[in-house]
Amino acid sequence: MAEPVIPDFGVGSDCVTQNHTFCTDWVRENWSSVLQPALVEHIELTVIAVGIGFAISLAAALLAHRLRYVERPFAVVSAVIYTIPSLALFQLLVPITGLTVTTVEVALVGYTLLILFRNILAGLRSAPPEVLEAARGMGLTTTQTLFRVELPLALPAIVAGLRVAVVSTIALATVAAFVVSEGLGGPILGALPLNFKTEIIAAGALAVGLAILADALLVVAQRLLTPWAYARRAV
Amino acid sequence: MRAPRQAVEIEFDHATKRYPGRPAPAVDDLSLSIPAGEICCLVGPSGGGKTTAMKLVNRLVDLTSGDIRIDGRSVMTLDETELRRGIGYVIQQVGLFPHMTIAENVATVPRLLGWSKAETAARVDELLDLVDLPARDYRARYASQISGGERQRVGLARALAADPPVMLMDEPFGALDPITRTRLQKELLRIQGEVRKTIIFVTHDIDEAILIGDRIAILREGGVLAQYATPEELLAHPADEFVARFVGADRGLKRLSLKRLGDLDLEPANGAVGPLLDADTTLRDALSVMLNAGARTVLVEGGDGTTRVLTLDRLTELLR
Amino acid sequence: MSVFIDSLQFIVDHRELILEKTWEHVVLSAAALGVSIAIALPLGVVLGHLHRGSFIAVNLANVGRALPTLVVIAFGITFLGIGFKSVLVALVVLGVPPILTNAYVAVDEVEPDAVEAARGMGMTPLQVLWRIELPLALPLLFAGIRTSAVFIVATATIAAIAGGSGLGEILVNQASYGVEGLVGAALCVSLLALAVDAALGGVQRALTPRGLKLQVPAFEPDVRPVV
Repeated sequence: MAEPVIPDFGVGSDCVTQNHTFCTDWVRENWSSVLQPALVEHIELTVIAVGIGFAISLAAALLAHRLRYVERPFAVVSAVIYTIPSLALFQLLVPITGLTVTTVEVALVGYTLLILFRNILAGLRSAPPEVLEAARGMGLTTTQTLFRVELPLALPAIVAGLRVAVVSTIALATVAAFVVSEGLGGPILGALPLNFKTEIIAAGALAVGLAILADALLVVAQRLLTPWAYARRAV
Repeated sequence: MRAPRQAVEIEFDHATKRYPGRPAPAVDDLSLSIPAGEICCLVGPSGGGKTTAMKLVNRLVDLTSGDIRIDGRSVMTLDETELRRGIGYVIQQVGLFPHMTIAENVATVPRLLGWSKAETAARVDELLDLVDLPARDYRARYASQISGGERQRVGLARALAADPPVMLMDEPFGALDPITRTRLQKELLRIQGEVRKTIIFVTHDIDEAILIGDRIAILREGGVLAQYATPEELLAHPADEFVARFVGADRGLKRLSLKRLGDLDLEPANGAVGPLLDADTTLRDALSVMLNAGARTVLVEGGDGTTRVLTLDRLTELLR
Repeated sequence: MSVFIDSLQFIVDHRELILEKTWEHVVLSAAALGVSIAIALPLGVVLGHLHRGSFIAVNLANVGRALPTLVVIAFGITFLGIGFKSVLVALVVLGVPPILTNAYVAVDEVEPDAVEAARGMGMTPLQVLWRIELPLALPLLFAGIRTSAVFIVATATIAAIAGGSGLGEILVNQASYGVEGLVGAALCVSLLALAVDAALGGVQRALTPRGLKLQVPAFEPDVRPVV
């Protein structure tokens, strides 16, 4: 659990000692020692979780696209994982993987599977039938059709899924602090017993801000990756 | 720029397609030969097997028995994808790739075949100009930004891109409004005049077939060939009741639409009076003018500058 | 692995405690769900019926998803202190968005032809809402309630640190209950969440008018892809 910076009476400012709602001087002083490391850890946790989750979901979706019977089992399993409350899932994993980052990552990866799998598969299936027929009739092989037609056309749905996955993971990663002291949940949990408002608000705002920023970045990425979806008839 | 490829002959040799579990074949013992550089229209009622017959050529549907040969080579000897890259394929809904620009769409098969970037770009521009879509304006647009008629032109350009000797067209103008359809039919004939491909054109519209086809193959239900002939022959001598009904009771009038005033050897006017028409007016339209004006003659500018006359009697004679 | 066996033993040994906590958990969740529905449902339905406020209604779900549960609870503690009130507020804040968004979209996207036909037949706006829009919107609407319910059950677990009652109390208290207790409570709350999801899924299926051929698969929370 991250050590809250206990205001040392006499050294801390008035704002801090009287525990006002938000003290900018505390934030400035403790940015690099408390908040920034937590933020960086949080970003790391998220990127690793979404990265691995995406890789697994993509493989599963490609498989399910080819072999129908794969869909149901994978969907059911990922849905069950998704329904289990995060704290419970963490605690169920601890006996297996210990009080480590691995436990947290396994759980976070598990939570991304449902949305990513669903969206990637829906995206792959969204190619209009006449486009697929034209591709086949022109002499594209199955693999070429997949890479040059189906996957690009699946991008809007894939990015939409990534948006939800990233935002959800950032939010869930705060709960990781119950297991291991990583991420922005750490400062929050540490400051709670003392009800140290500034630290709680600062870390909380960073978590929310990070989620909003990530979402906005993905929206920009979507616009850049799929220019055809935004092309409008010039009359 | 590459030299345009020579057109080749397509031959159906007792081609048959049976689907498992269905008693009647979809295509039944179809044998016909399409000379190089000609348009053959496959016509018939829905379910008559015309689309299936066409798809046998590029093996989107596989033959149950019999053979199909392109330029003497059986389609079964080539690898499927290689075969298809050598055949232009145009379908009703076009199937333009929504995520690619017009230029990228047209460049698809050349890219697959490994053409150089420069060659491909030049070819794309050449084709867009051919289908009357100035490359400068249309190259960078997306399918969602152009009209239905323009989309089908791009589809045509895309099919022509790798200069295939054979083209398959499945009711390509069926989804367009009548005005655009007529325009594109004329465009196709113009382009065919320049590129001279061997084309199989499927349609359920006998009028379209008569306008476009050098030869017409009428398939009845069950994929059986009812008649294979030139439009003139078909209209003058339908093989049986079914063909006669399909061609329509107005086949006499349809025959008139095959000829134009300028094609005929007409008498000088010599003082006859009547409405003056263009040399490329069809005989059918000429008759229509006569009926509307209550006249028995129409006049036309002869090639040598003299005025010629067409009488109603002469017209009826031509039908015999 | 032995931990899991021990935890099962724990559940058996302390079944009264487990039952009591489970019941508290259910009551807390139900209360929070009830309040959330009371706030979000009418608002969402009315906005959807009027086809207004789409930007807020749709993006509220995004915002809700972005709010880390821990942060909301922490803020609750900070400003409202420890106790039932702050837990309830936190749960409601997190439970409202899915219900509101789904209610809005469900009513907004009811087939316009059906609505127009109804209006053309002379139904008042209220009758249109009650007889046409709501029945057609029910499946998607209920999916939102289901999502929210599972979310609330999950969040109530964490809310234990704010003085909330329920299985979470055991989950955050390793000192008193040991690892077996932790894992045992984790198992119970997982089963509870799955049971709630399955049960509400059954209700959703029952509520879907037979005419609407909507597949409601078991165990599938409505994670609507937001584009």
